[in-house]
Amino acid sequence: MKKFVDIAVIGGGPAGLAAALEAWRAQPELNILIIERDHEPGGILQQCIHNGFGLHFFGEELTGPEYAGRFIAEVKKTSIEIMTDTMVLELNNERKILAVSAENGLIEIEAKAVVLAMGCRERTRGALNIPGSRPAGVYTAGCAQRLVNMEGYMPGKKVVILGSGDIGLIMARRMTWEGAKVEVVAELMPFSSGLNRNIVQCLVDNNIPLKFNHTVVRVDGRERVEAVTIAEVDPATKRPIPGTEETYECDTLLLSVGLIPENELTNGAGVEMDRITSGAVVDETRQTSIPGVFACGNVLHVHDLVDNVSNEAKLAGLSAAQYVAGGEKKVEKYHSVNATNGVRYAVPQRISADASGKLDVYFRVGNAYRPAKLVVRCGEEVLATRRKAIMTPGEMEKITLDADKITGDITLEMEA
Amino acid sequence: MEVKEMTCIRCPMGCRLTVTKDGDNYTVTGNTCKRGEEYGIQEMSCPMRVVTTSVRVIGGVRPVCSCKTADSVPKAAIDDVLKALAQLRPVAPITIGQVLAEDIAGTGVSLVATANNRAAN
Ligand SMILES: Cc1cc2nc3c(=O)[nH]c(=O)nc-3n(C[C@H](O)[C@H](O)[C@H](O)COP(=O)(O)OP(=O)(O)OC[C@H]3O[C@@H](n4cnc5c(N)ncnc54)[C@H](O)[C@@H]3O)c2cc1C
Ligand code: SF4
Repeated sequence: MKKFVDIAVIGGGPAGLAAALEAWRAQPELNILIIERDHEPGGILQQCIHNGFGLHFFGEELTGPEYAGRFIAEVKKTSIEIMTDTMVLELNNERKILAVSAENGLIEIEAKAVVLAMGCRERTRGALNIPGSRPAGVYTAGCAQRLVNMEGYMPGKKVVILGSGDIGLIMARRMTWEGAKVEVVAELMPFSSGLNRNIVQCLVDNNIPLKFNHTVVRVDGRERVEAVTIAEVDPATKRPIPGTEETYECDTLLLSVGLIPENELTNGAGVEMDRITSGAVVDETRQTSIPGVFACGNVLHVHDLVDNVSNEAKLAGLSAAQYVAGGEKKVEKYHSVNATNGVRYAVPQRISADASGKLDVYFRVGNAYRPAKLVVRCGEEVLATRRKAIMTPGEMEKITLDADKITGDITLEMEA
Repeated sequence: MEVKEMTCIRCPMGCRLTVTKDGDNYTVTGNTCKRGEEYGIQEMSCPMRVVTTSVRVIGGVRPVCSCKTADSVPKAAIDDVLKALAQLRPVAPITIGQVLAEDIAGTGVSLVATANNRAAN
């Protein structure tokens, strides 16, 4: 099967849905296609049944499926086509897509613009190197979330969780509410990347201890996990301190140790990548190094709030529509956006010289700062300053710049 | 007199609060702003939570459907809510927002579906 479309959106999560909708709103006559490998659109939100989504975007607190449901309902009112159960295998630098589905077999799609919205996946044990046997009962927290919330299957009864990211915290409460006993949450760092609210309402509410500067040093059990041993680490070297081991009898170990953007397709197309975000390098329109290929959502950089995902996706969708309507416009010159002195990364990584109007730059700090002061400079000139009582690595921050004042490369840095 | 330590969750500052209850009088220390005081008193007098979980479904494309209490319920009532909804067996199709139980576990709050679950044919 062969298809020609104006815009192909790869991934039907919140990013893909919002990008397609915004492109359609800008140019309703365009032929827009969303390609999603799952049975239904909605992405990871379908399994995030807790609330706390949409406070910024909709002004109310929704659960994940409710948030996704609003976008899906909007998309269904439009001419946007959604192909589900269809997996994209390849993208090339001329925006040709190769996909496969049980129904249609191999599908070749040629698109005038492509929006990458493939989301992210969780780091697994392989990326971690925990010694001991390799029994059943070790899951990523997100995998357990899917099993419990969508398949109605409980992965275990006595649980140890490694990592205190939000997904791990949410699953600690979820498993408890489904009748399991969560023994402990071990966190390698001296702080949690999860929200305070989740630490309080998921752990403290259920009397689950959270141990900072701790990691898993052994997993025992032949066929199924029988025990997990954790130990305190030296905060400087992260090496376990002998003699601090504690063993918990349990049948399940959940890993909540971070997310990585899912960029096999992006890499395959030869898109220039950012080493820190593990996502594409983009400009202020969210265009990658390949003209007509845009990226947004977790595939670009890991977001903690879906509201930010939707906003970024709207921008990418609008840019894709403008690209198709206006034809390829060669950007003459870019100014780069550099993150230094405590700022871990900034998106977009570059801004075209003819950009104008207000422009949001998203960034993350590498450490907790209280109080925090961020300064944006263009050469010697200070473009913007942002002060906050606190900035932490777990929360994405935003600063608004006036693009007309950007006359050269800019730098974001933390100051005392 | 009753004293409790807690983390304020109204903003990312996460101030450590000490809340003291003396009869009907509450004093909060450690807060940086007024919202922290409100939070401390609420948590000490009657902490409230929205319960988000799932129910087993009969005849759906998925075996479970996610649901939530339409409003927050007292934290102390969460166990009863969970027990009550474990007994529910709604029949597919179920649509977002559908009321699965009114006045769940005597809280006066209804339980609503937060996802669609089509009927399996
Ligand atoms: C397990 C997990 C739990 C999370 N929980 C929370 C939470 O509680 N709160 C919160 O705010 N954020 C949470 N997040 C972050 C969450 O991912 C974002 O808020 C948001 O869902 C990101 O949207 P997205 O569209 O970029 O990605 P996703 O929601 O991941 O959507 C990407 C979509 O692309 C599809 N896809 C990927 N590759 C292909 C391909 N090759 N072909 C076709 N389709 C493809 C996927 O199937 C998926 O549907 C969680 C993330 C994970 C991984
Ligand atoms: S007391 Fe005020 S500043 Fe402190 S965490 Fe609560 S809301 Fe934030």
